[in-house]
Amino acid sequence: MEFALPPFLPFFLGALVVAVLRGRAQAGVAILVPILGFANLWFGMPGASETLKILDFTLVLVRADELAMLFGWLFHIAAFIGLVYSSHLRDTTQQVAALAYAGSALGAVFAGDFITLFIFWELLAISSVFLIWARRTPRAIAAGFRYLLINVFSGVILLAGALVRLWETGSLEFSYIGLEAGLAGWLILLALGVKAAFPFLHNWLTDAYPEATPTGTVFLSAFTTKVAVYALARAYPGTELLIYIGGAMAMFPIFYAVIENDLRRVLAYSMINQIGFMVCGIGIGTALALNGAVSHAFNDVIFKGLLMMSMGAVLHMTGRINGSELGGLYKSMPITTVLCIVGAASISAFPLFSGFVSKSMVMQAAMDEGYPVIWLALLFASAGVFHHAGIKIPFFAFFAHDSGIRTTEPPLNMLLAMGVAAVLCIGIGSYPDVLYGLLPYEAEYHPYDWSHVITQTQLLFFSALAFVWLNLTGRYPPELPSANLDAEWLYRRLAPRVAGCAISALDRMNAALDRFGQRVKDRAIAYVEHHHGPEGYFARTWPTGSMVALVAMVLVASLAFYLA
Amino acid sequence: MTAPKDDKPGWFDDWGNVKKLLRAFYAVCGLLFLVDFLYHRHALNEWEGFWGFYPVYGFVACVLLVLIAKQMRKVLMRDEDYYERKRDRAERGDDA
Repeated sequence: MEFALPPFLPFFLGALVVAVLRGRAQAGVAILVPILGFANLWFGMPGASETLKILDFTLVLVRADELAMLFGWLFHIAAFIGLVYSSHLRDTTQQVAALAYAGSALGAVFAGDFITLFIFWELLAISSVFLIWARRTPRAIAAGFRYLLINVFSGVILLAGALVRLWETGSLEFSYIGLEAGLAGWLILLALGVKAAFPFLHNWLTDAYPEATPTGTVFLSAFTTKVAVYALARAYPGTELLIYIGGAMAMFPIFYAVIENDLRRVLAYSMINQIGFMVCGIGIGTALALNGAVSHAFNDVIFKGLLMMSMGAVLHMTGRINGSELGGLYKSMPITTVLCIVGAASISAFPLFSGFVSKSMVMQAAMDEGYPVIWLALLFASAGVFHHAGIKIPFFAFFAHDSGIRTTEPPLNMLLAMGVAAVLCIGIGSYPDVLYGLLPYEAEYHPYDWSHVITQTQLLFFSALAFVWLNLTGRYPPELPSANLDAEWLYRRLAPRVAGCAISALDRMNAALDRFGQRVKDRAIAYVEHHHGPEGYFARTWPTGSMVALVAMVLVASLAFYLA
Repeated sequence: MTAPKDDKPGWFDDWGNVKKLLRAFYAVCGLLFLVDFLYHRHALNEWEGFWGFYPVYGFVACVLLVLIAKQMRKVLMRDEDYYERKRDRAERGDDA
């Protein structure tokens, strides 16, 4: 495919223009950019990739096949919704960062070689960190630094892997790699895994996303992880290891989500759970599984964005986001409540909502390819996600006990953005063929048959029944102000402590050496002083008589030698 | 915090309303459970076709999820400012 402009360009140019504008003009231009970009994609013609020669390298700036195009459409839609949602902001940093961030994501998914990918990979991190720092709290500043370090580091590993690849094969082409590529395969997988939030590499997401601004987190949830999913789908389809990594990613976050208080951190864990489904589908590698993975990525950006927007609206209007401090908001924010519930129904895969038509493809593929245990794990995770995202989020924010907070609906632009996302969720869910037409792989799938609808509805209603029973019998854990330890403890507590101990041990050794050196020095000086100092033997004055006698003896001795 | 005095009570504040909703909910759940007997479900394999599989799995999975999460909380829960607080103490030279 060829376009009038490389898809990333309108966004970076837009960022420059927006940087010098203010007020309504700034917001207006910002919203215009994804519309123009969308048109740029729409009027693309079949054609060759766009390349750029620098020194010896040919950078493939735009390689647009169906897989890339799917994400291209998705990111334009996400950018549009996000920019409408944030158009009330009078914060130039955030607007510029958001546009640059969306542009980087587009640059990454249309990149045809690893160097181009690397450049946009790092730009993703550098642009988005400002959305975290824009919150301007000490926690956000610190979290932003950790986020930046980890994400930039993943880019360094990506570059290392790409260079090994170049050395081994002579090619930098961004296409299938697989683990059979040896060191390069493992390095690149590790780099992608960091940005995809693999287990133990995931805490940058749960740490930083809840600390960003109410509008910033909406952007954050849309791009970085989905670029990683795209890259995995391109470079590692069918890698069996990913099936188990995906299964683990689908399972462990739902436990954390139940006991987490910050509702946006609950959504952050939920993101890892959803990405787990995608990673698992990529690992299975059949056409159905891959279609499931990328279509779920598509739907996830929209319904996760909707959930993040509704929680962002709550934070924006009440200043609070902890489940322990919220409740009863359905009275003040009924429209937001309904929109949140649409998002919740979508992530839970209710029939007629978008999640229903994509998640089940991955599960079907898991069963078809003979992974019943994985299928059971994914089913468990599906029930679990309904529990913490489908029920807990709307319940503790808008219902539960009345927190006494009274406010109003968020500004119109936020409601509109949420409305667009909600319409898409229901539209795609009820009429999936439009989405299916964009899917890159050949696989027939019909989500609406009686079996599927009934079994899914059963699963969801009885999960809800469990929630009701646990609450009515007082067994449900209350929302408590708290932090829960996760893998980040290793580098936020253990590593600094170990480093601190090592440094103080070195300090003590240094001090001991110093003291030893001092003692040696003091002893040497004392010795010299003792013998050569004022009291010393060599400083003694001799009586003149003895000196004369000594001289006489010396003269007699020398006379004796002379005469003999 | 309690609601402001001149506040209109919401629909869900009335426990009677909530009970009506719950009764309707239980009825739907019962219906869904019975539906398994009424039609031939195209099962994916032998045990998944077991009647009541999905209702039971959904219910048990969620109960297990919450109970395990509660146990996890006993090990993992800390104060909200756990990471910030320790850093402040370290900076003041308190080597704890």
